[in-house]
Amino acid sequence: MKKFLLAISLLLSAQLAEAVIETYDFDNEEQEQLYYEIISELRCPKCQNQTIADSDASLSRDLRFIVQQKVKAGETKGQILNYMQERYGDFVLYDPPVQPANYILWFSPLIIFLIILVVVVIRVGRRTIDPETGDVKMNDTHSNEKGE
Amino acid sequence: MIPELGNFFLILAFINAILLGTLPFYGAHTNHKGLIQFAHRASTSIFLLMLVSFVCLTIAFIQNDFSVAYVANHSNTQLPIYYRISAVWGSHEGSLLLWVLILTGWIFAVSSFSKSLPAEMTARVLGVMGLIAVGFISFTLFTSNPFERTLPFIPIDGADLNPLLQDFGLIVHPPMLYMGYVGFSVVFAFAIAGLLQGKLDHQWAKWSRPWTTVAWIFMTLGIALGSWWAYYELGWGGWWFWDPVENASFLPWLAGTALIHSLAATEKRGAFKSWTVLLAILTFSLSLLGTFLVRSGVLTSVHAFANDPVRGKFILVFLAIVVGASLILYAIQSSKVRSKSNYTLVSREIAILFNNALLAVSTFVVLVGTLHPLMVEAFTDGKSSVGPPYFNLMFSVFFIPILLLMPLGQQINWKKDDLPMLLKKYIWWFVSCVVLALLLTFGLNGFTFEALEPMALLGTILGLWVIAGTIKYIQLQSAKGKTRWAGMRKISRSYWGMVLAHIGVAVTTLGVVLTSYYSIEKDIRIEMGETVEVEEVSVYFKDFQNIQGPNYISSKAIFEVSSSGDFIAELKPEKRRYNASQMVMTEAAIDPGLFRDVYIAMGEPLNNGAWAIRVYYKPFVRWIWLGAIFMALGGILAMTDKRYREKKFKKKVSEEAVSNGQ
Repeated sequence: MKKFLLAISLLLSAQLAEAVIETYDFDNEEQEQLYYEIISELRCPKCQNQTIADSDASLSRDLRFIVQQKVKAGETKGQILNYMQERYGDFVLYDPPVQPANYILWFSPLIIFLIILVVVVIRVGRRTIDPETGDVKMNDTHSNEKGE
Repeated sequence: MIPELGNFFLILAFINAILLGTLPFYGAHTNHKGLIQFAHRASTSIFLLMLVSFVCLTIAFIQNDFSVAYVANHSNTQLPIYYRISAVWGSHEGSLLLWVLILTGWIFAVSSFSKSLPAEMTARVLGVMGLIAVGFISFTLFTSNPFERTLPFIPIDGADLNPLLQDFGLIVHPPMLYMGYVGFSVVFAFAIAGLLQGKLDHQWAKWSRPWTTVAWIFMTLGIALGSWWAYYELGWGGWWFWDPVENASFLPWLAGTALIHSLAATEKRGAFKSWTVLLAILTFSLSLLGTFLVRSGVLTSVHAFANDPVRGKFILVFLAIVVGASLILYAIQSSKVRSKSNYTLVSREIAILFNNALLAVSTFVVLVGTLHPLMVEAFTDGKSSVGPPYFNLMFSVFFIPILLLMPLGQQINWKKDDLPMLLKKYIWWFVSCVVLALLLTFGLNGFTFEALEPMALLGTILGLWVIAGTIKYIQLQSAKGKTRWAGMRKISRSYWGMVLAHIGVAVTTLGVVLTSYYSIEKDIRIEMGETVEVEEVSVYFKDFQNIQGPNYISSKAIFEVSSSGDFIAELKPEKRRYNASQMVMTEAAIDPGLFRDVYIAMGEPLNNGAWAIRVYYKPFVRWIWLGAIFMALGGILAMTDKRYREKKFKKKVSEEAVSNGQ
């Protein structure tokens, strides 16, 4: 038992490197799930690249406590995320909000893909197979590529 | 003495690289036989020089030579011998040395295995790789020399290797990943050499393919190992966080995957030549970008160990030169490249084009998501984050059509096909997959459709669809033979490779989807002798011990996990405190299984001898890495196809050709 206590005091005094494990009580399973969902979408404002769920910084501890209190008080995910954003800025949100500065993130991939789609359909869509020779007939006049 | 030798050989390798990066070009240009031959000799010697240099650093680690600053900062007398060896690449300087060693290894391999290529082509390829070696050896020598001494103030003991890295995962993950990163330099060199001589023919594509595939295999395994390591070592139960450093390796993998496909179209049909060359350049550029992101310290993420602006600028300038010069060369020469466009809208060419478009846009999603926070920080006052919610959503948007089209892309004909006929062959297979997926998710959801996640269902359908579609493909292809067996034998090894790799993608998809949606994670308080129920499993706290490790002391708990009375496993998670760094680490205990993992990580001691522990139940998590193994095996089959063994197996091949009527 002495050894055991020694180990405890030893570990208590030491700084944890990762994995935070706490035991909070919730009224029901939905609340607990919501809690885990929210803390794994919030970035620890002081750490390098960790969610407040994974970080052991004291600030993350406090934030987890706040989230837990708010979840138990029946606040929604949106309300809690807003609360955090107001205090710590966009930085805490791992899900970047859809706003002009982030339009490039949210819209440019789809736009690029649609442009490719349209160009391919326009350029290749008009091609047909010559029934006699079995060759591909280039019906598009813009093509600078030579069919061989 | 030995570190000085290491440094000396590194300098010799530098001079060797300069010669290799210049003379062969002149030799190829003037068709000077001696200089072309020189490229091969210089390729052998540069590899040997780097090998000796690397061994010298390894000896310094084994001998605990703390007069070498890099050793003193990353090793310790208590560190076991195998970690002293793997500590060589445990941080910035040494991992760069490994990077260069692997690069010269690739140079040596190209020089050895390219006998069937035109001599001046090989000389140019080796020359381009020599130039890359010049860049990276000078980076090592002038900004990150691992042989620098701490004289005259030699520390008594070293500062120790980061405990996170004292693990089997670290021994194998970085070398694998670097093999992949650097391996893409070969196809890049092929592309540049091809552009230089203005000829990108069938031979060029044929010989670029196995080099691309082998680099891609290493990359696949390297990423999977990294993910596996993060899963069991970091104690957070996750396996991918879209961390910038993870993305840095994922970017060249995605581009390389696209490249493998477009090379197929270029070789078989002469299509998309200029795009394939551009993609080869982009893939290696993304490798370099990854190296820049990781090695410059520009990212402040858990992986970034180096933090020195000189280094960052050096790589950035090098990156700009390589990318800039290649793109200028491309702009000048690509107009000489004539692609064939002998295909219609419903053809395998277009299937590959969409594969490439979707993979390229996926690459763009990862790229823009990784760089956006850096841009925001650099150009505005604010700071922003882009994390898993963004990547998961946007990546799915483009990966869903990839999975949906994959089975059709395997089967569709080159040039022209009949779409309604093609769909007809597959419709019932697709319907069966939907039914099977409904049953599977119904079961996993606790035998109810209530609160069934639509994405979980969709992911399962797509995973099964790819597997079913691939089986259908084998069925259709083997029907061409006289008997089923003869038909199967007629399918070439490279097509079996494709089949296996595509099944791998499906297996990984199923693993990702099912583990994401059906994992159970619970933090509990548990006292010795107590049993706590976590969903279906019960955890019994059996014993507690204190252990003395080689360079740490550890508190170890013993838990018995059972499910409805049946014993599952005895799990022994630990909390270790490392002597030299005084860092505390959790060693999670995992009971692995093909269909589920049970995972326990120790938290902190609470009052009355109780502990906070985290219990995970992770269904199908192993499938994520199992799929990567399938992909890699598929790659091995494809690159050992008989047309790449022609020299050695000429006799056998001609016999086969006769029997196959080819």
